[in-house]
Amino acid sequence: MLEVQDISVGYGAIAALHGVSLRVGAGEIVTLIGGNGAGKTTTLRAVSGLVKPRSGRILFDGRDITGWPAHRLVAAGLAHVPEGRMVFANLTVLENLRMGAYLRRDRAEVNRSLGHVYRVFPRLEERQAQPAGTLSGGEQQMLAIGRALMSKPRFLMLDEPSLGIAPLLVKSIFERIVEINRDDGITILLVEQNANLALRVSGRGYVLETGRITLADTAAALQDNPQVRGAYLGG
Amino acid sequence: MSEFLQQLLNGISMGAIYALIALGYTMVYGVLRFINFAHSDVFMVGSFAAFHVAPRLGSGAVAGGMAILCVAMAASALLGMAIEKLAYKPLRGRSTLTVLITAIGVSLLLQNVGQKVFGAEPKAFPAIFPSRTFHLGTVVVNSTQLVTIATTLLLLAALHVVVHHTRVGIAMRAVSFNATAASLVGINNDRIISFTFALGSALAGAGGVLYALNYPSIDPLMGTLPGLKAFVAAVLGGIGNLAGAALGGLVIGLVETFVSGTRLSTYRDAIAFGILIAILLFRPAGLLGRDRVEKV
Ligand SMILES: Nc1ncnc2c1ncn2[C@@H]1O[C@H](COP(=O)(O)OP(=O)(O)OP(=O)(O)O)[C@@H](O)[C@H]1O
Ligand SMILES: [Mg+2]
Repeated sequence: MLEVQDISVGYGAIAALHGVSLRVGAGEIVTLIGGNGAGKTTTLRAVSGLVKPRSGRILFDGRDITGWPAHRLVAAGLAHVPEGRMVFANLTVLENLRMGAYLRRDRAEVNRSLGHVYRVFPRLEERQAQPAGTLSGGEQQMLAIGRALMSKPRFLMLDEPSLGIAPLLVKSIFERIVEINRDDGITILLVEQNANLALRVSGRGYVLETGRITLADTAAALQDNPQVRGAYLGG
Repeated sequence: MSEFLQQLLNGISMGAIYALIALGYTMVYGVLRFINFAHSDVFMVGSFAAFHVAPRLGSGAVAGGMAILCVAMAASALLGMAIEKLAYKPLRGRSTLTVLITAIGVSLLLQNVGQKVFGAEPKAFPAIFPSRTFHLGTVVVNSTQLVTIATTLLLLAALHVVVHHTRVGIAMRAVSFNATAASLVGINNDRIISFTFALGSALAGAGGVLYALNYPSIDPLMGTLPGLKAFVAAVLGGIGNLAGAALGGLVIGLVETFVSGTRLSTYRDAIAFGILIAILLFRPAGLLGRDRVEKV
């Protein structure tokens, strides 16, 4: 479904990615792990069109999407829940969700998706008239995921969904992520510092170190890999 | 007392015009984070557009007046969109200073082209709405003030509906909060920015017509002073905040009018700038501005 081929990305004079390649097949959950500043966020930003690679290609459904603007990729079926969630704090929860469906014109279908999101995250329905800025961090994460689902994506990228959230809620959010993949058939690329949890729900994973992929394997193999255990799984 | 009521009425109608202009500054600031100094000249073009179509659209009747107002708003909207496309869009991603200097350049260009096209000497603006005067006790109410206030209220109500109840209006608020997140839900920021310019400029065009009705002498440099005061109004209300811009306009209009009625009247123009300095010193976020709540 997604194929990243040898992309390099830089911010001004700083190079963030040096020839990163990875692929995500339809129906998979794939995790990208790596330390701070390794380039995980940058990889997702390149795929969703927020930064343009200096070289390399990105294919989505076999189509070359390199350099497409972000809004066009949403129309193609790609959704990105960014690091830090970026909910529209000045809009209500409901307005945020409706903005998620910005490109969809069929009202009945959109309302059906809204009902679906509310079933996945009942808390959002209770809070629907509230400005998103007044939600707790965990609720904002649910809203960010819900907003992404409203575009009816086929491919979803999540950047550190566990960041700053209480462990119990993190567990619940990961359960929802698994459901979204299994029940809605949405392919997922996950970025996590909480590698333990991420690898447990994933089929495969990649390890990114200072802008380069250093390991690619099944999630089970990565969990057993002594290097990975030492660096990312807390021994 | 009646003196007070009279000044109050004058102040509200002046404030209504400042509010209309201030909204454009604040909306553009919301989506692009810069002050569009050419906005005051869009206001000027609004009154000239009305001046030029007035003879054809039957000035002096309510329907004719409305039609003229609509044409002026449409002309201003087109001009605002054109300015954005030609002057600002190519500078996307550049420093705010670059864009600000460009805006000043566009402003000077419009003033000079205006002098060339419309002529530098002031023109007498026709009474495009029926003009009447009412006496309520000792307070003199002229219909121009009523038209000004009623039109402004109508436009503010329409703006409210657009911004809170339409897809494009909510998208505008989304872009102004976080342009990256907006593009991730599929919003084409360029389109929303263009729409924002159209909306703000249309309001400035309406302001230009109303201003010319109240001060029926127009010239290509007429935008400068009301434009600056409306800018102060936008800052006073909290730049980027729509309700704040409307409130700021009202406050500036009232303060200015009441000051003109006193011995300090020669300082009426200086007052607005005194207010600007005071806000920047004591309450930089403005009356309704507040620090954003952003949770991590
Ligand atoms: N906007 C930017 N401007 C300049 N450099 C940047 C920018 N964004 C990221 N970088 C740099 O690019 C490198 C990769 O950053 P990135 O955010 O992709 O890392 P990450 O793996 O997501 O880290 P974290 O786990 O801390 O989120 C870092 O060295 C970072 O400093
Ligand atoms: Mg990151």
